[in-house]
Amino acid sequence: MIAVFMEARDGKIKKSSLEALSEAKRRAEEMGAETAAVLVGASVAGLAPAAFALGAAKVYALESQALADYSSQAYALALAGFVGDVKPGALFFAATAMGKDLAPRVAARLGVALASDCTKVAVRNGELEFTRPIYAGKAFLSFTLKSTPKLATLRPNIFPLGEAAPAAGEVVRKDVPLPSGAVKGRVAEVIKEESGEIDVTEADVVVSGGRGLKGPEAFALLRDLAAVFPRAAVGASRSAVDSGWIGHQHQVGQTGKTVSPNLYLAVGISGAIQHLAGMSSSKVIVAVNKDVEAPIFKAADYGIVGDLFEVVPRLKDELKKALAE
Amino acid sequence: MNILVFVKRVPDTESRIRVQHETKTIAEDGLNFVVSPYDEYAVEEALRLREAKGGTVRVVSVGRDEAGAVLRKCLAMGADEAFLVKDASPETYDGLRTARIIARTVERKFPGADLLLFGKQSVGADNSQVPAMVAELLGLGQATVVTKFEVEGASATAYREIEGGTEKVVLPLPAVVTAQKGLNEPRYETLKGIMAAKKKDVPVITLEELGLGPDDLASRVEITGLDVPPQRQAGKILQGDPAETSRELVRLLRGEAKVI
Ligand SMILES: Cc1cc2nc3c(=O)[nH]c(=O)nc-3n(C[C@H](O)[C@H](O)[C@H](O)COP(=O)(O)OP(=O)(O)OC[C@H]3O[C@@H](n4cnc5c(N)ncnc54)[C@H](O)[C@@H]3O)c2cc1C
Ligand SMILES: Nc1ncnc2c1ncn2[C@@H]1O[C@H](COP(=O)(O)O)[C@@H](O)[C@H]1O
Repeated sequence: MIAVFMEARDGKIKKSSLEALSEAKRRAEEMGAETAAVLVGASVAGLAPAAFALGAAKVYALESQALADYSSQAYALALAGFVGDVKPGALFFAATAMGKDLAPRVAARLGVALASDCTKVAVRNGELEFTRPIYAGKAFLSFTLKSTPKLATLRPNIFPLGEAAPAAGEVVRKDVPLPSGAVKGRVAEVIKEESGEIDVTEADVVVSGGRGLKGPEAFALLRDLAAVFPRAAVGASRSAVDSGWIGHQHQVGQTGKTVSPNLYLAVGISGAIQHLAGMSSSKVIVAVNKDVEAPIFKAADYGIVGDLFEVVPRLKDELKKALAE
Repeated sequence: MNILVFVKRVPDTESRIRVQHETKTIAEDGLNFVVSPYDEYAVEEALRLREAKGGTVRVVSVGRDEAGAVLRKCLAMGADEAFLVKDASPETYDGLRTARIIARTVERKFPGADLLLFGKQSVGADNSQVPAMVAELLGLGQATVVTKFEVEGASATAYREIEGGTEKVVLPLPAVVTAQKGLNEPRYETLKGIMAAKKKDVPVITLEELGLGPDDLASRVEITGLDVPPQRQAGKILQGDPAETSRELVRLLRGEAKVI
């Protein structure tokens, strides 16, 4: 069985978890195994239909009042308990802020290795083989794990969502006993970004600006461009962030976030290796730069050589027209 | 405060990475090695906490003798002491292996530590595994990917980056905390610091003295392939009137790339 931890925030399962479940389903079918979804929280069984729709044969709901808010320690205890009971062959997570915080704790508790931030999962001689970028995407490592269950986190936006179809299955509720004093630390507050913008790691389209923008004002141009798309976010190079033009949560690259949107637009960004590290797994890359020699053009699928202040507004109009059709 | 910082020696981020297919390893000749950039934020945070609250900053690296150079850099920044846990094995990419070594080092050598600081991920392996694994092995609370950190008595408040916001975590000390860019601006080492660092001893801790056996040290990651990314096809570069190039780009994105 391949089990998948379903991350739920605000009463909804995250898209990246559904992607991980879809990939688990494909690989499990190849191996003749079942897929299961694992929900953790105070009262989460109600979220099961979304997992059944993507082909989960079973949904496990690990419930306790103490799990109402996320805690790496409590969630790791719950998941390790689940592994001990149910003994899945593999357990996947989405490589989100929560997945990256939680999966290593579960691995250490179980004494098994972990495949982090995978961009490919294959079945080789009946065994799961994982592939992930290392050195910020300058190389790709493939490997199998010698411990069981196989623990892996899967990079968001890489694995396609399966076709959802209404289906039913068995919900297995498990109470999770949490020994008192076992959990140190708690989430006191979740502070949402005021703008309500979606995060660059979750957007289908990312429009990023660099030093070529010459100041914070020009980010308004990029926001306008992004607003043309339904699920777009504004990103930035480190230079733009370090100049204080935009918050660091927008930074894409080696010391920022790793994004893999369907469309990445780099505007006024030269394409330094540390920037490419964060966005080279995007499906289509477009560059707008006035310097035809800028290295970003080597990484781009499409490029416009020109002054961004002239190009961006026109591009916005053309995109609007095309999307309205 | 008794602070431990864990730093890894990695190729600098400008490095051109060459793959040796036969051995499935990265060629090391010609690479310039540095303290992993996120670990520098961790060192800086430790120094600032010491300046505010007193105490000591000890820096630890697990690796070959060459890691001594990055430890000296941390001493030059102002760390009080540095220790090399000598591990001659090449990169295994198995975070649990490193985490076991670090957890054992803490238990055996630094049981009184109040705070364990790490980078959010090591540049190169890019695993983001070791710190949370150490926290679990030692039964400590954790806050990962932290951009703001405060200590008040025996309790700490960490602000961690999550999608679309920030999570405020309150933790009892000792705890594991990992540094993200934004936490601080690392200082440069001073000439005086460099001179002082030269005179300091970097004690070596061996795996034997930590009592780690073959089972603890075995890698559970079996490498089956190591490759460079597939070459991207040369892109289409449009030049000329902005209105025309914009129109053409949108046409290509729709008709050819099919992303809109
Ligand atoms: C350890 C380390 C980590 C790093 N991590 C990151 C990271 O995470 N992310 C990151 O982005 N960088 C990172 N960097 C920095 C990186 O090396 C570059 O310095 C940075 O990406 C450059 O930003 P930029 O492209 O915006 O600026 P520049 O390199 O200055 O490029 C600006 C570009 O804008 C173009 N331009 C100027 N005016 C116009 C105009 N009117 N119209 C169109 N184009 C115009 C120019 O031709 C130029 O190509 C890191 C560096 C180090 C050492
Ligand atoms: N060999 C090592 N020696 C000391 N610290 C390490 C080592 N490997 C990883 N770390 C620490 O763990 C963090 C995360 O590493 P990783 O899990 O490899 O991404 C690093 O930023 C370091 O703080």
